Amino acid sequence: MADSFMATWVYTDIVKDHFMNPRNIWNKDEDWEPDAFGEVGSLACGDQMRVGIKVRNNIIYDIRWLTYGCASAIASTSMMSEMVKGMTLEEAYHITPDMITKALGGLPEHKFHCSVLGDKALRAAIDSYLEKNNLPNPYKKSIATIVCECRGVTDQQIEELVKTDKATTLEQLQELTGFGTGCGKCKEKVAHLFEEMRHIYGKS
Amino acid sequence: MESRIVYMDNNATTMMAPEVVSAMAKAEAQVYGNASSMHTFGRKAAALVEDARGKVAKLLDCNAEEITFTSGASEANNTVFMIAADLIKKGRGSRIVTTTIEHPSIMETVKYLRSLGIHVDQAPVDQEGRVRLDSLKQLLGPDVVLVSVMTGNNETGTIQEIEQISKMAHACGALMHTDATQAIGKIPVSCKKWDLDYLSCSGHKFYGPKGVGVLYAKKGSPFVPFVHGGEQEHGRRAGTYNTTAIYGLGIAAELAEKNIKDEHDRLWEMREHLRKGIIENVPNVVVNGCQEHCLPGTLDVSFPTAEGESILLLLDMYGIAVSTGSACATGSLEPSYVLLAGGLDVELAHGSIRFSLGRYNTMEDVDYVIKVLPPIIKRLRDLSTR
Repeated sequence: MADSFMATWVYTDIVKDHFMNPRNIWNKDEDWEPDAFGEVGSLACGDQMRVGIKVRNNIIYDIRWLTYGCASAIASTSMMSEMVKGMTLEEAYHITPDMITKALGGLPEHKFHCSVLGDKALRAAIDSYLEKNNLPNPYKKSIATIVCECRGVTDQQIEELVKTDKATTLEQLQELTGFGTGCGKCKEKVAHLFEEMRHIYGKS
Repeated sequence: MESRIVYMDNNATTMMAPEVVSAMAKAEAQVYGNASSMHTFGRKAAALVEDARGKVAKLLDCNAEEITFTSGASEANNTVFMIAADLIKKGRGSRIVTTTIEHPSIMETVKYLRSLGIHVDQAPVDQEGRVRLDSLKQLLGPDVVLVSVMTGNNETGTIQEIEQISKMAHACGALMHTDATQAIGKIPVSCKKWDLDYLSCSGHKFYGPKGVGVLYAKKGSPFVPFVHGGEQEHGRRAGTYNTTAIYGLGIAAELAEKNIKDEHDRLWEMREHLRKGIIENVPNVVVNGCQEHCLPGTLDVSFPTAEGESILLLLDMYGIAVSTGSACATGSLEPSYVLLAGGLDVELAHGSIRFSLGRYNTMEDVDYVIKVLPPIIKRLRDLSTR
């Protein structure tokens, strides 16, 4: 390999390592049956993710995944699969893209949106596992909806900040949560939600 | 396997020809006068600029006084569209016609002009990325001021029928412009034969320096400077002459003109070897663009279920430099608009890789790519959800 090219890689060493040597790949030839799996995204979006899990005593003891995606998507799913192993379903359900990105030593700003599918597919797998086994799913309700995927900002967080007057302007909300500072895709959605909450709580 | 460093991104930019580098180094060391000055220092610099002008005119088959030096093709393109906007403002016609596959320096200028209320139509392309003359014709009329169609596309390499389009433009009284940036030095380009009013090109795409380009404007065609504030280039483009770069551009033009036939054939031979090698060694590939009318060094290939940025980065690990039309590499969420304009599936656009060969590539480079690429595609497909 041409080492001189490595010196100026666009990603961190950890991202590069996980991209070059992805962990827990769902080898199609391998005889590995998941207890449940989840799939999100589409090839047309340039991103598709499938995550399979094995669960014993409420703990994810094995995980496999496949992805159609860029280096960030591959590396973040690989990292997530390492983080999740040994976690309880509850812990795993609450993994955010931010946690994965931090563990990777950061991603370029415009690549944040590539790291959000892994955890979504994981949650889909957990949902499927609980449903298949007729178990209650307390996490689905507990988990608020993420509106800013890059920073893991939820609708509940925004509601709380508006309700308590901690965020009276969008700028304040951004300062407190960091929404829209990753890929920026959520800005319109957050602005809309913010106005809605202000209306509900009589702030506007 | 022996490792190599293979630069196959010549449509992004080229290595400067050693002849250009040494000529520029010499000029840089010896000539520092302002080419606009009347004294000996200035006249020496002006001589270098005029030397380049003559060489570029020979390459483009036009007269030296029809050449204006700019900072690059982007500036030249902007200038032409602003000339058209100026004409519209002055009541000569009301519309510009261009295509959906132009360089961003035209696509974004179109958006800007539209925001000013100027009417711009964009002719579609067919599946091979060719502008369909019948659909172009439907867009033409006496109200059209300017028709602008790129000569050869930077992504697919697809070549347009500029001579024919030029006739159609003139038949309705419009001015004709082509962005020939990617075509220069690869296929014969003639301002006279194609009867062009304007042409843009850039030094660094044909082994010259970056930051210098050319706007050809036919004698007598309308002209408004884009950069105001000086008498350089007969008032057409203000700013102190970048003497050394212009001189280097001239040397590059001379080399391109001298070698064009050999260069074309050599590039095409390598490109075809690469195309066949990829098809034979990688299952399920789609070659994009028109194969009959194609710039000789450009090969754009889609690898379904493998994503472009991942392919690019893995190739980079092996010392091979290419480009991709994947959204992931651009930072936007949309893949290449050029490939989509030709009707390519979004998924295929995400998995597209552009190999662009140049003067300093060899058959050994091509063989190396043919060896390295198949396991990379296999590896990504093994990881892929489909």
